[in-house]
Amino acid sequence: MATLIKKKVIFSHIVKYVNRSTKRLSSHFTYFPDNEAPVQGETTQMNMMQAINNAMDITLREDPSAVLFGEDVGFGGVFRCALGLQEKYGKDRVFNTPLCEQGIAGFGIGMATTGANVIAEIQFADYIFPAFDQLVNEAAKARYRSGGQWGCGLTVRAPAAAVGHGGLYHSQSPEAFFAHAPGLKVVIPRGPITAKGLLLACTQSPDPCVFLEPKVLYRAAAEPVPTETYTLPLGKAQVLREGSSATLIGWGTQVHVLLEVAQTAEQQLGVKCEVIDLMSILPWDQETVFNSVRKTGRCLVSHEAPLTSGFGAEIAASVQEECFLHLEAPVSRVCGWDAPFPHVFEPLYLPTKHRVYHELTKLLEY
Amino acid sequence: MALSVCIRAVRRSCVARAVTAVRLSTHSEPSLQNGAKVAAFPGAKAPYVNEMKILNENSYDPIPIYRVMDSNGDIIDSREEPDIDRETLINMYKTMVQMNQMDKILYESQRQGRISFYMTNYGEEGIHVGSAAALTPKDLVYAQYRELGVLLFRGMTVSELINQCYGNHEDPGKGRQMPVHYGSKQRNIVTISSPLATQMPQAVGAAYAFKRSADRDRVVICYFGEGAASEGDAHAALNFAATLECPVILFCRNNGYAISTPSREQYRGDGIAARGPALGLHTIRVDGTDALAVYNATARARELALQNKPVLIEAMSYRVGHHSTSDDSTAYRPLEEIQQWSKDENSIQKLRLYLERKGLWSEEAEKAAAKDARDLVMRTMQNAEKKKKPHWKEMLEDVYYDMPPHIQKQMKQMEEHLKKYGDKYPMDQYQNE
Repeated sequence: MATLIKKKVIFSHIVKYVNRSTKRLSSHFTYFPDNEAPVQGETTQMNMMQAINNAMDITLREDPSAVLFGEDVGFGGVFRCALGLQEKYGKDRVFNTPLCEQGIAGFGIGMATTGANVIAEIQFADYIFPAFDQLVNEAAKARYRSGGQWGCGLTVRAPAAAVGHGGLYHSQSPEAFFAHAPGLKVVIPRGPITAKGLLLACTQSPDPCVFLEPKVLYRAAAEPVPTETYTLPLGKAQVLREGSSATLIGWGTQVHVLLEVAQTAEQQLGVKCEVIDLMSILPWDQETVFNSVRKTGRCLVSHEAPLTSGFGAEIAASVQEECFLHLEAPVSRVCGWDAPFPHVFEPLYLPTKHRVYHELTKLLEY
Repeated sequence: MALSVCIRAVRRSCVARAVTAVRLSTHSEPSLQNGAKVAAFPGAKAPYVNEMKILNENSYDPIPIYRVMDSNGDIIDSREEPDIDRETLINMYKTMVQMNQMDKILYESQRQGRISFYMTNYGEEGIHVGSAAALTPKDLVYAQYRELGVLLFRGMTVSELINQCYGNHEDPGKGRQMPVHYGSKQRNIVTISSPLATQMPQAVGAAYAFKRSADRDRVVICYFGEGAASEGDAHAALNFAATLECPVILFCRNNGYAISTPSREQYRGDGIAARGPALGLHTIRVDGTDALAVYNATARARELALQNKPVLIEAMSYRVGHHSTSDDSTAYRPLEEIQQWSKDENSIQKLRLYLERKGLWSEEAEKAAAKDARDLVMRTMQNAEKKKKPHWKEMLEDVYYDMPPHIQKQMKQMEEHLKKYGDKYPMDQYQNE
């Protein structure tokens, strides 16, 4: 009996330990693959890294002026997004630069000034700040200050957002810093299909684009991606799930958190929530958002970046201005806390499905 | 298992290190340590030495200043006299006269409140015309803001430049930037912006694009002051230019001051030129008051750049004028110093004496040129002043290639506002429809 109890205690310890590690280590979201392809035709199963690689491959293949560069891009990049491209297109088109973000951005702007199609990589979005001056004061203002004489069709790619253990400098979501810079386009995909379509749209855009890639999706997200060339429009959101009780707005990884919350809310509360992937942060699709909120009367915005002056603030203010008479409750924001992104506290820092669900129930009961 | 392997590996490397330490203490020949005279570290190719020596700013001789003319406009070594045709030489000198007249009159007009801001080019005329004459119109120019002579020599008209200063509807920049922020796509001059040194890595990128393009007979020249060279972007540019082998000339105007900060407080090394070889660039230091020396250095630099060998030129000069119209430089430097540089080492005077000796210039020509230049500036200013500013809607154009809906909405808001409150704004100064 005693041994049995002892065994039981040990077993329960193990279960507790495993449960705890699962809670700690499991990703904070479930990936919802895209069901509909944006174009007809052949598809290939790709994860997001492969879809991005495919988009850059197409750009380099179709535009002889196109180049790709950054830190460690030559051997394929630390996230393997540039894999095989240097072998295919040569060292003068896919190359390493010295380790200097302001140099990468400035160099890219200069190339774009001559009309070249430029894709520059910043290794992590957390390290884009040394290039902030070049992007905000130079790239964003190049067309305006020259009276339209000189443009800057530059695309800057950067892995962004939470990855489970990235701590302060491998987890940031800096979109709101750039959303305050007229002249820039800021774009964030939610998976392979959107990554390819939006990245190709960025490379074809005559305006400078900051393309933030949620790095946790590079391998976690896979779906059938059309093999041919296609673009998704910049400045346009997508309604991923229709509903009438509340509008949930997010982008990047957080879209999948919102989709799961909408599913749970339907199962447990019997309410249908509309889920919108904003995709373009600047310029953002006000029309789609306002139409949805006018219909549902309730709005919840959720992002990984800190609450204060996050892009959710811009959405909340605009929604109250445009949908005032339709709102049944104050706009709710579920975001990262106003602290640097922490290492061991990540599970408590993120706007988890539980936090979003909790706020949604309050929003519905208001 | 993995852990024990790891520990074993660490132990082994400790042993190896101990052995090396013993060997080092015996002061054996460097060549015996790795079987070669030059160490095999991937980061540098250098021999070992056994004597410790820490280098400082005096470890190298200062880079000498290349000059062709003395202060009387006499050629010092006839082999160095450049072969420039008469017409170009006269054009170079006339450009100096023109920029001087423009500086004088626009500086005064700022003092009278007719334009909001101005920056003169006094003391740096030789740099401008010497370098500009050594380039071709296809070469792309990135300027900082004190390069008026380069723009004039390139063919930017006095009227284009003055319209920019007034921000009237004929300004190619549509009145959006402060005065002296010129630019001309047609003349291959990238529009100037205020943030210092940002143009430097951009110039390198543009040069890289030229290297890849079908037309290989083009270089990029990028001007910057010695103060701007302290910015991080300057370091980025020098390093990127070297490692990516770009056809670019990085041209530093070292005039001794960054606003009130003397170069002594800007750096402690041998100026900007010494940084060139340190970063793997071809480098020359030149007398910036000597237009012919600047011409020679730039022409040679252009040849090297076309072979994808980027060049750093440091042209020494003295900023004779105030930093800008918002600055009184006598607050931080003695008047005598300014006078000395404007008299003894005056770049306009030097080129004039040279031309006179060659029989290409005279007192009468001088008077006529100065009068023509002054009249042109006066006439252009009077015209520029009469022209209206662009339509207010230009305020919201060109932010993007296409105007996004949110900016369209803001334009409508402003339109509605002006319908009601238009009388509160200086609408008569702007063009209508």
